[in-house]
Amino acid sequence: MEKLNFKLKAPNAAGGTRAQAIVGVVASGNLEVLLERVLPGDDCTVDIATAAHGFGAVWQAVVGDFVARRAAGSLRISINDGGARPDMVALRLAQGVRLIEEPEA
Amino acid sequence: MNAVGVANTLSLSWYEASARQRVAALVDSGSFVEFIGPEQREMSPHLGIFDLPEQFDDGMIVGQATLRGRAVLVAAQEGRFMGGSFGEVHGAKLTGLLRAAHTLGHDVLILFDTGGVRLQEANAGELAIGEIIRAIVEARAAGVKVIGLIGGRAGCYGGGGLIAGTCSTLIVSEQGRISVSGPEVIETNKGVEEFDSRDRALVWRTMGGKHRYLIGGADVFVDDNATAFRNAAIAALDDVGRFDLTVLEAEQLRLERRLRRFGEARDAADIWASLGVTGPAEVPTLATEDFLRRAADKRETADDAR
Repeated sequence: MEKLNFKLKAPNAAGGTRAQAIVGVVASGNLEVLLERVLPGDDCTVDIATAAHGFGAVWQAVVGDFVARRAAGSLRISINDGGARPDMVALRLAQGVRLIEEPEA
Repeated sequence: MNAVGVANTLSLSWYEASARQRVAALVDSGSFVEFIGPEQREMSPHLGIFDLPEQFDDGMIVGQATLRGRAVLVAAQEGRFMGGSFGEVHGAKLTGLLRAAHTLGHDVLILFDTGGVRLQEANAGELAIGEIIRAIVEARAAGVKVIGLIGGRAGCYGGGGLIAGTCSTLIVSEQGRISVSGPEVIETNKGVEEFDSRDRALVWRTMGGKHRYLIGGADVFVDDNATAFRNAAIAALDDVGRFDLTVLEAEQLRLERRLRRFGEARDAADIWASLGVTGPAEVPTLATEDFLRRAADKRETADDAR
């Protein structure tokens, strides 16, 4: 298992008030993303556990793109990866921030 | 806040949905509160040894909710994570929920979606199956109803099939499958002539929801959507749950009779013919309403056990 950690500055803080959100599933070609609103405004951390070794540069590119485009500030993001491709990772990250922005039930 | 006892309007296929989507669509809107949620990271202590990825909830979601205003406890398996398999943490979460149900006197809904015990932690998984069955029996003996809902991609196999057999009521869709040995297991052990696991029609004819409903292996047959499962669960909660020696003895007699009646059958369609179902060969293609009409008065019924 390769563990990757990214600590980023996010230009936009996550919207909404939900404390956490989870999307996806750990299955082949898929991943789960857990988002927790626990950090100061513009901080964002992404912790990744993946069985596919040696793709650190690709993860860094996808995560960097995500933080630049979406409102990811104040989020601690944790990922369990089942060998997802970059497009699936980007999709799940986008779903995650969308879900944590939703009004609380 | 949502109004008490209101269903989610969302319509979704039970077969296609994730465990979390199923829970959200089954119980009253906004009423689900998870125990030991993913943020607690209570994950398998075994998968790391094999360098296998873990999931934050270990594929088992447990919590409390209301169903048309009535307090219930809910457990849901995520069939896409390691086939919804029972590992140590996965099983312990369900055992704990069932023990809580016994203490609190709340009924339990188990949303099965499993291939059985997780092979990487087989001893812990097998022990979990035993603990869960014991917890169900103790809860039921104290008057708690345990309702199983089966219609997921992984079906309900292995130890999951054994657990299902101890529930008060089983609700199944056509897509749902209930058995102990799955198609691939039978083929591997007995050969392709005994059972061709790639013959999907054979798999569903032998283990699928319609067959289980006809032989009394499941109690309620519903369409593959969350609303149908919700309505069936509400109705099942209103049933009087019986669980005593008389019930078990009646069930033992029924199973002996079933073996005498159908023991020589070579195919499920032969059993449907012996039951007297009109047009047994057409059963797999029948729509729900038509199927239920033909099954009425012909199907075997279970005595709160199977």
